[in-house]
Amino acid sequence: MVYENPDGVKIGLEVHVQLNKLKTKLFCGCSTDYHNDEPNTHVCPVCLGLPGSLPVINERAVEFAIRIGLALSCEIVEQTQFHRKNYYYPDLPKGFQTTQYDYPIASKGKVIIEGEDGERVIRITRAHMEEDPGRLQHIGTIEKSKGTLINYNRSGMTLIEIVSEPDMRSPKEARRYLDKLRSILDYLDVFNGDLEGAMRVDANVSVFGGERVEIKNISSFKGAERALLYEIMRQKNHVRRGGEIVMETRHFDEARGVTISMRTKEAEHDYRYFPEPDLVPLRVAERAPEIQKALPELPDARRERFLRQYEMSNMHARALTNEIKVADFYEDVAGKVNPKDAAVWVADILRGELNYRDLGIDAFAAKDIVTIIELVTENRITEQSGVEVIRTILDHGGKPQDIVKDKGLLKVEDDIVAKAVKEAIAENPEAVTDYLGGKEKSLNFVVGKVMQKTKGRADAREVRERLVKDLNDQS
Amino acid sequence: MITKEEVEHVGWLARIRIDETKSDAYAGKLNSVLDYFGQLDKVDTEDVPPTYHVMDIVNVFRKDEVTESMPQDAVLSNTEYRKEGNFKTPKII
Amino acid sequence: MVTWTDISGIKQKIAESSAEEVTASYLEKIGKSCINGFVRTWDRALEVAKAIDAGDQEGPLAGVPIAIKDNISTTGLSTTCSSKILQGYVPPYDAHVIGKLRDAGAVILGKTNMDEFAMGTSTESSYYGATLNPWDTDRVPGGSSGGSAAVVAAGEAPVSLGSDTGGSVRCPAAFCGVVGLKPTYGCISRYGLISYANSLEQIGPLATCVADIAALMDVIAGHDHRDSTSINRENNYSEALKDDVNGLKIGVPEEYFGEGIDEGVEKAVWDAIGKYEDMGASWKKISMPHTKYALASYYIIAMSEASSNLARFDGTRYGFRADGDNWHVMASNTRAEGFGDEVKRRILLGTYALSAGYHDRYYLKALKVRTLVKQDFDRALSEVDVLMGPTMPTPAFKIGEKIDDPLSLYLADVNTVPVNLAGVPSISVPCGFSEGMPVGLQIIGKHFDENTIIRAAYSFEQNTAHHTRRPREVV
Ligand SMILES: [Zn+2]
Repeated sequence: MVYENPDGVKIGLEVHVQLNKLKTKLFCGCSTDYHNDEPNTHVCPVCLGLPGSLPVINERAVEFAIRIGLALSCEIVEQTQFHRKNYYYPDLPKGFQTTQYDYPIASKGKVIIEGEDGERVIRITRAHMEEDPGRLQHIGTIEKSKGTLINYNRSGMTLIEIVSEPDMRSPKEARRYLDKLRSILDYLDVFNGDLEGAMRVDANVSVFGGERVEIKNISSFKGAERALLYEIMRQKNHVRRGGEIVMETRHFDEARGVTISMRTKEAEHDYRYFPEPDLVPLRVAERAPEIQKALPELPDARRERFLRQYEMSNMHARALTNEIKVADFYEDVAGKVNPKDAAVWVADILRGELNYRDLGIDAFAAKDIVTIIELVTENRITEQSGVEVIRTILDHGGKPQDIVKDKGLLKVEDDIVAKAVKEAIAENPEAVTDYLGGKEKSLNFVVGKVMQKTKGRADAREVRERLVKDLNDQS
Repeated sequence: MITKEEVEHVGWLARIRIDETKSDAYAGKLNSVLDYFGQLDKVDTEDVPPTYHVMDIVNVFRKDEVTESMPQDAVLSNTEYRKEGNFKTPKII
Repeated sequence: MVTWTDISGIKQKIAESSAEEVTASYLEKIGKSCINGFVRTWDRALEVAKAIDAGDQEGPLAGVPIAIKDNISTTGLSTTCSSKILQGYVPPYDAHVIGKLRDAGAVILGKTNMDEFAMGTSTESSYYGATLNPWDTDRVPGGSSGGSAAVVAAGEAPVSLGSDTGGSVRCPAAFCGVVGLKPTYGCISRYGLISYANSLEQIGPLATCVADIAALMDVIAGHDHRDSTSINRENNYSEALKDDVNGLKIGVPEEYFGEGIDEGVEKAVWDAIGKYEDMGASWKKISMPHTKYALASYYIIAMSEASSNLARFDGTRYGFRADGDNWHVMASNTRAEGFGDEVKRRILLGTYALSAGYHDRYYLKALKVRTLVKQDFDRALSEVDVLMGPTMPTPAFKIGEKIDDPLSLYLADVNTVPVNLAGVPSISVPCGFSEGMPVGLQIIGKHFDENTIIRAAYSFEQNTAHHTRRPREVV
């Protein structure tokens, strides 16, 4: 089935990724670990833009950027340099942003996503490095604000801006692209996507081959999908009513789920790019081969391997490799139980329960799912009970063994004990008679026999109680 | 020739308020300098690369090692416009 | 007559009395000054001198008082670039050179007057008013480091630091009859020097004799990892203090004696070249054909960089803030009221030269011409060891004479700016008088060959008496 793209939708995305796994900022030694700290406590003359301060590039930031470029199948530029992008905004302490311009560190790459009609290649135009501005907080709403507060802790954090070609044909494909990008970045261990502001999205979208409209201020992947759905609808309606789409920038109002035009004098720009005189050129291509060698296995490669090595379904392989943590978790489990069982339990059951609760794989211990899979495959609990154990752990905590016992889920075990008790009674008539005749101690002998039969797995006290009950019923 | 309108536009780009009454005077002074700059048009620079950096050095890096940041009161010490550890400015738009 | 004391003289005085007394005598002299060379003195200077006397600190400059240009950041001592926009700004950090001076035991007397943001040739554009030339108080001291040159000439400080973007150390050195050095680009860390045009400028020392220049260079030059353009290269400058120019090959660029050159200046410079010949050097005329385009190239580059460097002065984090009911208006008002006319003109021209539609015609063109100017130097300095010519085409002009005609003021820099475009070192030494005012001889060397020009300047000083003449005491 081929996707027709009836409205001629073309979506391109610009994704800003904050490399928060670096220890320090892009141009100064301030720590990146500011997320829980007081405002303006992770700043120095450089990232505060004090007069006379000068930038020096973080070498690891460049390595991370090359790593990302290679993972996106990009070409790494021979020589690059930083430029100044000049514009005025209070979050920009130098009055310009230090960024890359005509020689981005990486360009001409691709990302493969699951598109509307099968695999689809999304071309990457470029990926470049730049510094993050500070953070603004409006006193009141942005329109009716009484003032603005500025915290420069974020100022100077390393960003990689990944720009795609307009190759996505629906908000769903845009979402898939974002998920895939996040997946790749997670694998590269260059950022923690859970931290606030770790990934920020600007989108551009056009319909029916018209002008493209840029949407800014999208703060989540879900938001990106919603903003695009709204904007496509708006453009279609506008065209249907005979209107013409003009090239403009719109602001996404997350609360109302709408995009708003931002045609103000403040938004008019002429960035006057020129090379940053305080930073010297970087000859980086020579570093690429070594970084390429050290590149970890990426999601697509891992999926291929899972298919081969564990003989699982394509759907499972995809589900298990999207997130590096899930993939690692799976391989941990698959090393201890049958990998196919592990695939079903991790991909279908456990992930379903986690998603339902909005939890990550971190919320569950691999050894617990191993125990549950063993209990089920040894026929000691039912599959349904296994699911119940997972839910109980997630909702109330506890260990699988205890939960099974507390909830009496060991149906099979009960039968074994019951059977062993019956057998022991039948096989030891003398001891039974002695007991019924008043020799309490004879019961111990029968208990011992039951324990022998159950290889010690039964609980001695339970066995005694059951014997007493059975014998009493008999007599 | 830079026009009065261009002076006002450039003034906005550079965030320097230019009173309308003065933009003519500005244009006059700027034009005499721009005229002088115009003499570069005569220089043949075909195939001449631009010199962005006069010294031929590349790859100057810093290790990813944390250095001490400034205490908050030092960060804010040069302004009276602050609130709860933040800088405070008028609203943006 | 003004008393000049060099560093060795200071050391002798300290040995005879104390560092405290020496510092106190300078502060007393500054207190009575009428040349407006200092914009503020440091209230802790005596304390530092006392600590030296107590033996708390040693070093090659122990107890030596020094004056610092008002664009070099000093912790705890206001640094304003002689601009209203930086009123009250106290840097929370030291410039690299200041750290070096403090470690060497120097006593910072205070900050010296300058053209606002170093944009000028006369020190008339300072927010604090003009500095007067100690040789004739109706005349300018040159600029932009006019305060640093005038206080040395007036005996208010034995040595000082200035900065040289297009001649700002050499011009006032020439006008005030002292020695001033513009080192090779990258020789001294710019960390903490408030930028005017980063790709052109260097901090440079001013003194009454060449030996003191070398002594200061031994302290302040050298690699600094905080300045990416700082070059790692060891050198001992005092070793160059040899009276020996035998075999030295001098090139005299004919373009440096162009239209408008003062007859007295021309004569003094040719006399000096004749003297070198007597001392065993040889000279020849040399052509540097792109000199006439250097001035336009220089001003376009400097203004373009400045328009961006000065963007951070927006009233948000430090310095002067004007009213305005939104941030953009506040910033525009702050900059309109906080910057002086010449600074505003240069920012506007720089913004224009970088803006869409003009970038290639002005900015890019200027950088290409810069290449041609640099090639002139490469060619000339492959034929000779040093270049010589007048530092300034005229002696110091009258206060107010050129202030209303920016272009005529720019033209005075014709012989100094090519040096900054090429990044080569250059020293100005007194070589005579015209109209009773000092004339400076400019000696230009190869990249990092400061020692040859220091040796040439020192030899000249040893064999002539120009530097022994002093201005009259002005009270
Ligand atoms: Zn910092």
